[in-house]
Amino acid sequence: MGAPCVHCGEDCGSHPVIWDDKPFCCHGCSTVYQILNQNKLDKYYEIQPMAGIKVDRVESGNKYAYLDNEEIAGKLLTFSDGNIHVVNLFVPTIHCASCIWLLENLHTLDAGVIQSSVNFPRKQVSITFNSDEITLRQLVELLVSIHYVPEITLDQLDKKDTLNSSRSLLLKIGIAGFSFMNVMLYNFPEYLPGGDQLGNLFTGFFGFMSFILALPVVFYGANDYYLSAVKGLKHKIVNIDVPITLGIFTLFLQSTYEIVTLQGIGYMDSLIGLVFFLLIGKWYQGKTYQALSFERNYKSYFPVAVSLVTENGEESIPLSNLKQGDRMIIRNQELIPADATLLSGKANIDYSFVTGESIPVEKKEGAMIFAGGRQVGSAIELEVVNKVEQSYLTQLWNQDKSGKKTDNKLTTVVDNVSHYFTIIILSIATFAGIYWLINDPSLALFAFTSVLIIACPCALALTVPFTFGSTMRVFGRAGFYLKNTGVIENLRKTDAIVFDKTGTITLSRSMDIGFVGEELTPKERLMVKALASQSSHPLSVSIKDSIAGQPEWEVENYQEIPSLGITGIVDGVRINLGSKKFVTGKTDEDANASHVYCFIDNRIAGHFRIANSYRKGLPEVINELQKKHELYLLSGDNESERENLLPVFGHNDRLKFNQSPQDKMDFITKLKSEGKRVMMIGDGLNDAGALMESDVGLTIADDIYSFSPACDGIIESKKFNKLPDFFHFSGLAMRVVVISFIISFLYNVVGLYFAVQGNLSPIIAAILMPISSVTVVAFATLSIEHLSKKSKL
Amino acid sequence: MSVIIILVIVGIIVAGGFLLGFIWAVRNGQYDDMYSPGVRVLFEDPGKPDPEEQIPDSTKGKEKTTISDK
Repeated sequence: MGAPCVHCGEDCGSHPVIWDDKPFCCHGCSTVYQILNQNKLDKYYEIQPMAGIKVDRVESGNKYAYLDNEEIAGKLLTFSDGNIHVVNLFVPTIHCASCIWLLENLHTLDAGVIQSSVNFPRKQVSITFNSDEITLRQLVELLVSIHYVPEITLDQLDKKDTLNSSRSLLLKIGIAGFSFMNVMLYNFPEYLPGGDQLGNLFTGFFGFMSFILALPVVFYGANDYYLSAVKGLKHKIVNIDVPITLGIFTLFLQSTYEIVTLQGIGYMDSLIGLVFFLLIGKWYQGKTYQALSFERNYKSYFPVAVSLVTENGEESIPLSNLKQGDRMIIRNQELIPADATLLSGKANIDYSFVTGESIPVEKKEGAMIFAGGRQVGSAIELEVVNKVEQSYLTQLWNQDKSGKKTDNKLTTVVDNVSHYFTIIILSIATFAGIYWLINDPSLALFAFTSVLIIACPCALALTVPFTFGSTMRVFGRAGFYLKNTGVIENLRKTDAIVFDKTGTITLSRSMDIGFVGEELTPKERLMVKALASQSSHPLSVSIKDSIAGQPEWEVENYQEIPSLGITGIVDGVRINLGSKKFVTGKTDEDANASHVYCFIDNRIAGHFRIANSYRKGLPEVINELQKKHELYLLSGDNESERENLLPVFGHNDRLKFNQSPQDKMDFITKLKSEGKRVMMIGDGLNDAGALMESDVGLTIADDIYSFSPACDGIIESKKFNKLPDFFHFSGLAMRVVVISFIISFLYNVVGLYFAVQGNLSPIIAAILMPISSVTVVAFATLSIEHLSKKSKL
Repeated sequence: MSVIIILVIVGIIVAGGFLLGFIWAVRNGQYDDMYSPGVRVLFEDPGKPDPEEQIPDSTKGKEKTTISDK
């Protein structure tokens, strides 16, 4: 084990790169250190030691050439005036104080940068620059050179900021809070002994002021609730916002009536307090993970631009301008954005995005290549057959979207409760009204409105935001990020769980690698690593990763023979790595696990056996989940792993192999039509359709800020073994909700006792409403905190 | 007693001033990022680090401006 890298903190191995007497794990890290040091920015390492980011592969020089295209650049810029421009870039790797410091000192690195500021929760950097001195492309390349690689996708080009919604909620809370405090002050004298002797001057004045202050709250602060209530009723759902709206308007009209007729100062304090608490609940619930994206579609995966072959040579155009018949060039590691036929070059397409299978497929000239594949190897030239929107992959995605809309989400418990709640409250109000109409008509209307006022489901409405909001925070701390609080409820309701195999229950990167044959000497192992490092084939990468240490030889006469193997001379010794046919000359293929034969030092030493390695704790997780759920496995791979998985899953017919993305989606639809509530756990684009189709779609990710398909939740891969705990905890959270409901009902019973008798006074409303809300909120948050400690989440 | 009316009016004007301040702060984007300003305040002014050391001209005298979305 070597020293930690000064830049990124990773282990440097036995041969660190030394610069300035300091160890670095790779040349990339030491280069960044040099850049920062030359510009007197070495304070970066003082604020937060080893704050740097390691970038494995430095991209080719032309990668950002498309930023020179004015159309694309124009879409990225948020502001332009003459040669001064502002651009907002999403940099997923922003993680600490050092990052903020460095990114805000960008002007030290390049004089063209006028000012830069970081928005930490959104992981965005906003840069003002002078285009006379630095172009957008140079700016992005500058960021890349210090390993802050911005993520630029089509998606971002099309949509603009969503900041405004969270700002308007804050404004509403501010205004409601302001009105609440003042109106409470005006109403307070009324509640004291002798308050009824204030006289018309004060009653009138205080009433008038309350009315004025209530106006912005009723007509601006609470308008979301009216919209949602109307929307619900249109779909014939009595959601929680219906009784809220009913309550707000009854309170407002009754109070206005009392103020105008100088009978009193009404219930304005209760009304404004109600809205204030509701908005706070909304804010608490809505504090989600700003930097995470749950809404990605194919646009997030596809490149922003493609290189075309035209009469004037090579040209970069925005993807949206790509037409049928265009000839495009795809380089190593680039994604093919549209269905196309191969014109020239050696195509080795890695379809792992689409199928989950990471071993590349070789294609011959003239072959059809579907969008979503990634070229591995030298550049290829393709002719576009279908536009981006019409490719097989994007069609699959768009089709889901339309399907999802007609399909109603599972109804939430609070909607169910509020449905009955509204009916019961309305009938109690009517009965009370009729009773008083017969006995004392002067009280009838008042009794009717009193019931609606006091039964306003403030506590009911606050239960779910606070319980689930806290649960979401608990989950977030434990590495499980939810799109919204509704997912918690759905999580508990699922009765079938479908797993994807590759990348979900197996580790996507590290493979289980063994060597069969003569034991290689440590030096030979390093020599094999040196050779394997030359190739980007997944099997080579796996072998490279499995061997520790840093080889110090150059590889001579290196050659890569597609779909056979690689060969080269390391330290004077020829080494061949590859298929059995390539190394041994025998052609009997064994289809099962992947074998890589090794020829070294004039002998066939043996072969590497590369198999999937499963996530830690998989059998335990499966066992635990199996108690309450039906488990299924869908895999795009062949049957080779069936025997390994059968003991874990138990049911042979629930393991499905050779599943295309469409098959996976259809399978979920089939389960749903059988009345099951399905959760899908996947990781890649190939699961995207299934994730969308399922009731709860979870994505498992090594790096939560990087690529993940549209889903309801993202779980950190190293927290996979906690999955049963999350299920268990969502059940507990549900129980807390039910108990909170009971508490709020008890308060309602007390309130109704006064209301039906027609003697509800403002003071009872003013005491009961805040108390019930505060009790429920305190109970919900405290019990969730307590439970989380108990279940060690 | 009627002085209360004046007090209430004065009170609402003062409180209204704070409300306007809050509205301005929200619109100004000061609540968009609650983490970095707290960190940023601890950084030294980039305009004048060690006086002996020679730094590129471009950074000299450049004042750090606060975040704003304008």
